[in-house]
Amino acid sequence: MIEKDPIKRVLYIDLTKKKFWIEERPELFSEFIGGTGVAIKLLEENCPPEIHPFSPDNPIIFAIGPLNGVFPIASKTVAMFKSPHTGNLGESHAGGRSALSIRMAGYGAVIIKGKSERPCYISIYSDKVFFRDATTLWGLDEGLSAARLIREREPGAGLRTIIRIGPAGEKLISYACATLETYRHFGRLGLGAVFGSKNLKAVLIAGKRNLPVTDFKEYKQIYIELVKQLRESEKMKKYHELGTPANILPLSFSKGLPVKNLLTNEMQGVENISGELFAAKHLGRRVACAHCPVACVHLAALRKPYEDEPYFYRTIYLSYDYELIYALGSMLGISDSVDILKLIEIVEDMGVDAMSTGVALAWMTEAFQKGIITEKHTEEISPQWGNAEGYIEIVKKIVYSEGEFYKDLGKGVDYVSEKYGGKDFALIYGKNEMPGYHTGPAAHIGYLFGARHSHLDSAGYSIDTKSMTKSITAEQLVENILEEEQWRQIISSLVICFFGREVYTQEMILKCLKLSGYELNDKDLLRIGREIYANKYKFKVNCGFNLENVNLPKRVFEIPSSIGLINKDFTDRAIALLKEKIKSLL
Amino acid sequence: MPVLIKDTEKCVGCLICVFACGRAHQAVGVESSCIKVRSQGGISRGFSVFVCRGCEDPPCARSCPEDALILRKSGGIIINEAKCNGCGYCVKACLFNAIGWDSIKNKPVVCIQCGECARSCPYNVLEYKRT
Repeated sequence: MIEKDPIKRVLYIDLTKKKFWIEERPELFSEFIGGTGVAIKLLEENCPPEIHPFSPDNPIIFAIGPLNGVFPIASKTVAMFKSPHTGNLGESHAGGRSALSIRMAGYGAVIIKGKSERPCYISIYSDKVFFRDATTLWGLDEGLSAARLIREREPGAGLRTIIRIGPAGEKLISYACATLETYRHFGRLGLGAVFGSKNLKAVLIAGKRNLPVTDFKEYKQIYIELVKQLRESEKMKKYHELGTPANILPLSFSKGLPVKNLLTNEMQGVENISGELFAAKHLGRRVACAHCPVACVHLAALRKPYEDEPYFYRTIYLSYDYELIYALGSMLGISDSVDILKLIEIVEDMGVDAMSTGVALAWMTEAFQKGIITEKHTEEISPQWGNAEGYIEIVKKIVYSEGEFYKDLGKGVDYVSEKYGGKDFALIYGKNEMPGYHTGPAAHIGYLFGARHSHLDSAGYSIDTKSMTKSITAEQLVENILEEEQWRQIISSLVICFFGREVYTQEMILKCLKLSGYELNDKDLLRIGREIYANKYKFKVNCGFNLENVNLPKRVFEIPSSIGLINKDFTDRAIALLKEKIKSLL
Repeated sequence: MPVLIKDTEKCVGCLICVFACGRAHQAVGVESSCIKVRSQGGISRGFSVFVCRGCEDPPCARSCPEDALILRKSGGIIINEAKCNGCGYCVKACLFNAIGWDSIKNKPVVCIQCGECARSCPYNVLEYKRT
């Protein structure tokens, strides 16, 4: 680390006492780089494992790394907290302008503790922190207008981030997200609810500065090479053009796209929700995270007529992605792109995680069909595959209804299936709802044992895809998952967007780190990646995560995946092996 | 006026130009950058880009109490750092906010009409025309 690099500065904010202070932690950033690596150490220090996630003592940690603000596509921020959704490690990543803003404000990490007496928002301008009253912003119908008011009231446009919650966060829905720059999210594991529990509506961060590198000439060369590769490489093409929805057709064709709570893998009318269709019919604008030339954020323009006023239309822009088309489309049997966009709109307005919400709606529909829950529970709404209007009403109920069932559904599929039944078709992994890949055993085992139960932990679908042409043993599968997840700890400590991972090879990362003053070699990187992974698992276990208590949902074995029916003996063997490997790291 | 804004509707807000301008001034980061990108009142409405117009009668130079900003023949200005006292009036005088800052020297950073921003733009939002 370069001595004068501000990355080592950690900003502490206490919402109870309305105080803030800065500590320098060079040892943390030298040893664990930044991002995930530093965040898990700060979580260990600041979060007693036994506390309730809504305790004022639960810290919200935002951490970035030395490459942010220096190299392109190093554009992500890591958020860590104790998750109200799973009760253990909460980790979520987002881009927007967050990473650049934190870097430019002069910090490597920001920790928010305590609980404000009244609703508030915080504005961080480099070394100044302002606690602003947000009582008027609390309880607004949708999150966007709060962001708009803050945007207009505060200076720094262009180089600032505004991270805010919607009604779901205020109402402590366990899978409420925190939204930034309108279209990016700390989506998974309930950061929004932790904001809500602290009476924290939003955090604005802004700053401007220049950063040091060890060799400016070499820096320029590497920077230009990176931008070139990010722009021209074949590996990046899918993100440039159709974006992640490019995967809808191939995954559906290979039976890897889950449909109707994974009752089937046949999506009728999939051509109407494909990436190609969305681009042709709806793509209205593309935008990028700060310091990323890829611009993978695809915005659909949705034109909605006013029912009571002819010749009046409301045109809104909504970001769509593979995971949203899965969770709010195929998973609910919705094959109309406009219906998917309407559901995305309500999910954005409420501020809930799209994936968990979609899977919760899917579970509810099947449970209703099987008679596990009735109209008495659903307050006279009948959830039906393909009925978007009904689902929109249900999403509102999850956030606003005082009824017992909807309050329970707001705690996630694990909670409702435990209470009402329907465990066999509850698509949950360590209490987190399923991502959109039913490609084979590696995807499912990856969700189950990934430290944050995300498809991005180890990208098991990619291991499955390779195993379609060359079969692998359970040992190889476990090895691949662990290797990938541990390597990704390095990427998310720098913090590079995972979409750039093929451009940022080990060699490239070492070069970039050298320019940021880190003298490391390839072995160091692997060791640090393993340590970070182990630290995360230790935190999970300390919070009560029991490796012996996790199982794959029964449904996963009933419907053929991309590689055919998943063999239970094979997954049992892989799971046993993986557990041993993880235990050996603890 | 060597850098033209061709079409802001194509701007994705990636800020690659902002960093390119910083590098053209031997800096890593955004502080010394003369080019500014901001959303048009929310990202759904797209972005605006502000770059030095190379005014023939530049208000920044007129605002300088020390006459440290000298007119360039082909438009725009050159800074005489020895004369500059770091008052920052030039930054305020520019309607485009197209003047950066170097907080170590405590002096403005002005556009050198090099076109690096335009060359770096991945989406051809900007165009460089040598005058």
